[in-house]
Amino acid sequence: MVSVSVTDVEKSYRQGDVTVSALSGITISVEKGEFMALAGPSGSGKTTLLNMIGGLDLPDRGEIIVDGRNFRQMKSGDLADLRLRRIGFVFQAYNLIPVLTAEENVEYILRLQGVEKAKRKKRVRAILEEVGLSGMLDRKPSELSGGQQQRVAVARAIVSNPAIVLADEPTANLDSKNGEKLLELMKTMNREKAVTFIFSTHDAMVMEHARRIVHIRDGCVADDQRKES
Amino acid sequence: MYTQLAWRNIWRNPRRTLIILTAIFIGVASMIFLASLMRGMMEGMVDNAIDNLTGHIRIRHPDFRNDPSVENRIPDPDSLIKEIKPLLPGGARIVERILVDGVINTSRENAGVIMVGIEPEKEKNCSFIGDAPLEGQFFSDDDKNGIVIGRALLEKLGTRINRKVVLMSQRADGEIASRAFRIRGVYRSQMSDTEKTFVFVPLHTARKMLMLGEDATEIGITLPGDRMADTDLSPLTESLSERLTDRVVVVEDWRQMLPAMNAYLEMFDAFLYIWYLVVFVAMGFGIVNTVLMAVYERMREFGLLKALGMRPIRIFWMVLRETLFLLAVGMGMGNLVALVGIHLLSGTGIDLTAFAKGVEMWGISRVILPVVTAGDFLTANLTVLILGLVVGIYPAIKAARFTPVETMRHV
Repeated sequence: MVSVSVTDVEKSYRQGDVTVSALSGITISVEKGEFMALAGPSGSGKTTLLNMIGGLDLPDRGEIIVDGRNFRQMKSGDLADLRLRRIGFVFQAYNLIPVLTAEENVEYILRLQGVEKAKRKKRVRAILEEVGLSGMLDRKPSELSGGQQQRVAVARAIVSNPAIVLADEPTANLDSKNGEKLLELMKTMNREKAVTFIFSTHDAMVMEHARRIVHIRDGCVADDQRKES
Repeated sequence: MYTQLAWRNIWRNPRRTLIILTAIFIGVASMIFLASLMRGMMEGMVDNAIDNLTGHIRIRHPDFRNDPSVENRIPDPDSLIKEIKPLLPGGARIVERILVDGVINTSRENAGVIMVGIEPEKEKNCSFIGDAPLEGQFFSDDDKNGIVIGRALLEKLGTRINRKVVLMSQRADGEIASRAFRIRGVYRSQMSDTEKTFVFVPLHTARKMLMLGEDATEIGITLPGDRMADTDLSPLTESLSERLTDRVVVVEDWRQMLPAMNAYLEMFDAFLYIWYLVVFVAMGFGIVNTVLMAVYERMREFGLLKALGMRPIRIFWMVLRETLFLLAVGMGMGNLVALVGIHLLSGTGIDLTAFAKGVEMWGISRVILPVVTAGDFLTANLTVLILGLVVGIYPAIKAARFTPVETMRHV
């Protein structure tokens, strides 16, 4: 079953007086439950593609369908709802809300979804236990290490049982040991919860964990490798 | 959680928050405190004017205002009083007076004065002379030649208590009357002009001296209750006028007698609103600046919230809620400080004796007591709250309009 369908997508940006093409007619199809890496050097278009799939930006041309919904036919409010309920994000810089505790950061998504308090608390505690942070519920991001913060970000991304988790260079700010741990956690979540993971990276060690690697170069798919499981 | 988040957000930068809270609290406190002083000053002016033999309502001959002589007097005032008494509220006090221009002489000096014939006991709680601080004593009801003059006039005449003075004025038959009086007492008043102008003699002596029989030049009415500055007396004045249509008299309330004071009162609220606005403009810039800085510092976070699926309207309300917290805390502190200040000054007031000459010119009391009304209190707070939220809309809209992609690029 196709989870994400990107067809002939083009996107260019203005940088001063120059127009830079970020994506040049890219086409990818991602099946449900895949654990896929978007690989490529800086400026190849990985982050732009992830933003498009996440509905954070719209293509100049082409079509994106996520979880059966065509972005072209959706209003901005509906896109926001889709992100809230069906897509999880993990960012390179953790991007947690600094004034909220680990528990509150994860709970915030459920609060936005209107989940009632008792259910929220139960789910948040369970997910934080799964990512190994059960003893750190009351800690603010500034009181957590980089690896712990990124675990909270993963917990926040998957707490609402999304169809896809998009992770933009999730291990870039972590040392290799913590990076490894995070990838193991993501793989576990992918396996146990059947959540589709798409993450960007240019780190060979990270690529090794992916079951599918799509190489992007100059805004186009240069190579699409699938590993036998 | 939104409320909790907004509260924590305003304390991310405690120093900046404390600075803007101080600005709001000083603004609100000064709005309420200065409004209370201004209102106290204004009510003091009204009280002084009413006390200054004006009363709340006065009945006189229609021509007396333009020609204040004994020819323009009220005949048979006792029957007039009986006629109007049923129309007045319980506790209203009615006095008869004779007011005429005159000249007071000692062996060396003389001065133009207004001679006022009164019944001292009835003047209590009716006019300043009934309760004025007195050196010596008041004349008794059977005193035939006692006079009470003001401290400033006493000094001007270079005389003292128990000395003789001679009063001259026009009689009812047009001839000049003169009569010797002995100074029984010297009064003090809020204003030295009053002390120089009014001299008081027994009503029966004034009548006899001016050959007025039982007549009076005016009937003064003092109504029970405080805060006459806000009371509309025109319905009562009209009903008294209707009752007295068969008499040659005019009934006026203090607003009609003191049109300049009335005009000032009507402008007072406008002055107050202008004052509120001026304070708020200064405060408003601070609020916008603070909230806008906080918003730009958290650009990435707003982008993140949008990326996570938070709708712009929710971001708008979250930022506006932060402004609301700033306003609420600042207003709470401001109200508290203003009320404590007003409470501390309510007993002693602010003594302006050092500026006595200046303040007297405007009829302002030497001591200003703050007067706080629920209306002023509410207006100051609502001004800050509503305008504060209005200026908070701009940063809230800014925050709501950030796009995730643009903010993620922002470092």
